[in-house]
Amino acid sequence: MTDTLPAIELVGIVKSFTSHGEIVQAVKGVDMKIAEGEFFSMLGPSGCGKTTTMRMIAGFDEPTAGEVYLHGNNVTGVPPNKRDVNMVFQSYALFPHMSVFENIAFGLNRKGIAKDEVTRRVGEMLDIVDLGGREKRKPKELSGGQQQRVALARALVNKPRALLLDEPLAALDLKLRQAMQVELKRIQREVGITFVFVTHDQGEALTMSDRIAVMSNGVVEQLGTPREIYERPATKFVAGFIGTSNLLSGTVSEVIDGHAVIAYGPEERVLVAVQNGQVIAGSEVELTVRPEKMELSANAPHGTDCAVRGTVTEVVYLGTSTNYNVRTSSGADVVVFTQNATSADDLAVRGDSIWLSWEPRHSYAIGAPS
Amino acid sequence: MSTLTPQAPVKAQKPRGKLGDRLLFGYTWAVIIWLCLPIGVMILFGFNDYHGKYNTQWHGFTLKWYQHAFALPEVNNAMKASLIIAVISTVLATALGTLIGLALGRYRFKGQGFTNLVQFAAISSPEIVMGMSLLAFFVQLGFPLGYVTIIIAHVMFSLSFVAVTVRSRVLTLDRSVEEAAKDLGAGGWTTFRLVTLPMIMPGVTAGALLSFAISIDDFVVTNFTAGTVTTFPVDIYGLQGRGGIPAQVNVMGTFIFVGGLLLAAINALASRRRDA
Repeated sequence: MTDTLPAIELVGIVKSFTSHGEIVQAVKGVDMKIAEGEFFSMLGPSGCGKTTTMRMIAGFDEPTAGEVYLHGNNVTGVPPNKRDVNMVFQSYALFPHMSVFENIAFGLNRKGIAKDEVTRRVGEMLDIVDLGGREKRKPKELSGGQQQRVALARALVNKPRALLLDEPLAALDLKLRQAMQVELKRIQREVGITFVFVTHDQGEALTMSDRIAVMSNGVVEQLGTPREIYERPATKFVAGFIGTSNLLSGTVSEVIDGHAVIAYGPEERVLVAVQNGQVIAGSEVELTVRPEKMELSANAPHGTDCAVRGTVTEVVYLGTSTNYNVRTSSGADVVVFTQNATSADDLAVRGDSIWLSWEPRHSYAIGAPS
Repeated sequence: MSTLTPQAPVKAQKPRGKLGDRLLFGYTWAVIIWLCLPIGVMILFGFNDYHGKYNTQWHGFTLKWYQHAFALPEVNNAMKASLIIAVISTVLATALGTLIGLALGRYRFKGQGFTNLVQFAAISSPEIVMGMSLLAFFVQLGFPLGYVTIIIAHVMFSLSFVAVTVRSRVLTLDRSVEEAAKDLGAGGWTTFRLVTLPMIMPGVTAGALLSFAISIDDFVVTNFTAGTVTTFPVDIYGLQGRGGIPAQVNVMGTFIFVGGLLLAAINALASRRRDA
């Protein structure tokens, strides 16, 4: 029974602040369930409410409305020192006057754990984060990446129900950041603790997470696996925020077999799957197609249901791939990525009239039709 | 004069820079000497082999005043009073000032601006005004003048120095460090004891040293609020009026100065070790 309880559950979380006499809603009703052992990310631009949401899980902020459950227990109103979650801060927040050992032992000492047990567990943790032999150093004597790992060890050594990470890699340079991404995944697998990861870096979220909540303006725009979020963005915001998306729009001419058909001209038409009854002939729809799903050809393609004409406006050669910017006949600017695997020649040059085609399963209707 | 004029034309920038450097060098040393000279004279005349009443002319070197440093009970008692007052008022001012500094640096509250203003007003107001006001206040209340009133007065003017130094330290702190302590299971008091206090310690020590320094040599406010109690500075003033300042005063003044230097050195060493 206990196994099916989510590690963290948020119900109807609202958080308002008063700023210069005005009430600002930072979080506007967030519901989510984070499963035991999951690597869960909250992704969004700064000011989207992701950090505030995390601080409410940790207990540093209390929600204006709604409840926080940890393992089925309502912890709303419980102070942070009485919650079984630990946090890794963006600034690391190491205790500057304490050694690495004292930093990591801090939580265990608060629980009154016996001295040799503390020494043993801190030693274990130092090995996991690969900092053996550095326990006597002060935080200042460590590099950024090492400080990061001390912060991680200091939280993990308490074996919390969940570990909250607030943009922990933001202060590291690119190479170290990539190394730490892999490292974090390894550590999470090793200790088997639920990780809740806050980031504004979509690449980071896609690489590491089991599931992602994309947030914007205080609401969850979409919650799903990295693949779902990338392949089937639910809203225009998600499509724009995650990777590169091509946005097309048009008037539905007919609905066949659960697919809306948008006809742009002779032989030019786009199919997109829609909910039955939600879209009828004559309604406007918006849809997205990922750049790597589109194919570019000089002649009209055969046997595909989605094809539009366009003119190449820019060609960018990137070594392993080439990006084409294309303006479609309906006036939309789209990007096409093609792999440079088979042919060394460019498919088209600037100014060429070309055809774009893709399979209907790669076009996704965005948002509910209004 | 004319022999000096046909100089090789050098770059305009260089000689000016050299002159500027020299001026700065000279000025710096002039200020240092200006500041140190009175202290040097005081120390020197503690070694003056004079006879009679007036220790004002150099007669030769002796250590006899150091051998009889505590030979004058009046000066000894005044010194004792000064030390007692300085220690007690430093402890009180440091404790209270630290709390005010924390509140000012950490929280936004009603009357914060006013509290801030009062701190700086207390630092900048003339001592003679403060002394007079306090005397009037104590007399109005019918409060007997003595140790208690001196200590109250000293706490009052040194408190602001502690509050200001602690506040500036608090403003540089990363708040998430304290949040981390709470997150790791520390309650409010434990967080303060193990995390906040050690981090603001340099500010607290600096404030305490300042308090001690301004308390032990305070004359004006003390003279107003002392009643029959005689502190070291008040006593020196009296001695001077009664004919002459004995060399023991120079000796004790030297002790205070050396003591201050030692404290400052210890503080510098401690903070270097902390930062290492």
